[in-house]
Amino acid sequence: MACIHAVYTRGMVLGMSVPLTLLGLLERQPSHGYDLKRDYDTYFGRGKPLPFGQVYTTLGRLARDGKVVISEIGPGEGPDRKRYVITDLGATEFDAWLADPVEPEPHLQSILFAKVVLALMLGRSAEDYLDTQRRAHIARMRELTTIKSGGELVDVFLADHAIFHLEADLRWIDMTVARLDSLAQAVRS
Amino acid sequence: MTAVIQARDIDFAFGPTPALSGASISADAGEIVAVMGPSGSGKSTLLHCLAGILVPQAGEVRFAGNRVDTMNETQRSIFRRAHCGFVFQFGQLVPELTAEENVALPLLIAGVRRGPALAEARTWFGRLGLDGLERRRSGELSGGQAQRVALARGLVTGPELLFADEPTGALDSFTGEQVMKLLVDAARERGTTVILVTHEARVAAYADREVIVRDGRITSLVGS
Repeated sequence: MACIHAVYTRGMVLGMSVPLTLLGLLERQPSHGYDLKRDYDTYFGRGKPLPFGQVYTTLGRLARDGKVVISEIGPGEGPDRKRYVITDLGATEFDAWLADPVEPEPHLQSILFAKVVLALMLGRSAEDYLDTQRRAHIARMRELTTIKSGGELVDVFLADHAIFHLEADLRWIDMTVARLDSLAQAVRS
Repeated sequence: MTAVIQARDIDFAFGPTPALSGASISADAGEIVAVMGPSGSGKSTLLHCLAGILVPQAGEVRFAGNRVDTMNETQRSIFRRAHCGFVFQFGQLVPELTAEENVALPLLIAGVRRGPALAEARTWFGRLGLDGLERRRSGELSGGQAQRVALARGLVTGPELLFADEPTGALDSFTGEQVMKLLVDAARERGTTVILVTHEARVAAYADREVIVRDGRITSLVGS
């Protein structure tokens, strides 16, 4: 299951802000580093756990910047004995981040587009490349669909997110295949 | 494994307009094969040729090794009644009939008496989450409910082959997913071979493999 998680979470993990996510978890309730890591891994890590070192480094930076404070040093569930509390500054930053729409970043489309254009420029088969890409996308969609059939609710939601993004790519691939001739003329002129 | 349904090098044209040119496809017992492709590529024509609704002008179609394309119209009609179920994009329920009568319809046409046919039809309502809707007419059903009734109608005779032509095309994503899950679960449970025509990759992802129809020809994609 871990490798399948990696299939659909890679993009999401890359897009995650660890400091802001930890602030969000602390907004919920004061927590120890161990608890934060556990919750992060459960809801956001999905096959790519947050290293303990990164948890404590991040919490240290947040404390240095006045976004969290250490409320007490006592027994925790793990080796960590510090309990972190979000400050007003941290809460304000988190609220602003939460309200801000994510920049639509068509990274993958850019890569696909670059490969198609280069293939056409070099006189190679862009259609073959796009069919190969389609095959990879659909294979990944099938893995995600399998996860959904027996997965936990969190897995289902994440799989849906990935599936709809893959579907968008596939629509772009279909449109591009239909327009390859005109695109070829444009890039070769 | 032996192919249950197979088309080899089939051509079909609507007058001067070619729809299929040398198309070949096969599906094994219990396999779910998605047929994808852009609008007008020949997907539905391929399905109709496999089901014996259309007869290709060249090539051959075989069911369990027997030629379908050389049968006359009556034989093809008997073949469809005996071995095939159908689900279409808009359900195409008979509006004058209740939901349970719609489901029972293929059994009634096959000569099953009304009582046993309706009793068998009713067994599908609980299975597909349609309890309590047996007496409703199609106009009183939501799109998702109507499509589940259509699915029950397609499977009620226990066909070896289910032809599904854009079965979720008229439904929203969530309802479409529910219908697809029911379709796939029911087909797997009964070992039904499914030919699933769709232009949606999300729907095709429920299949064991996909083929793509482009300009009347078929390209295998995954697992072929």
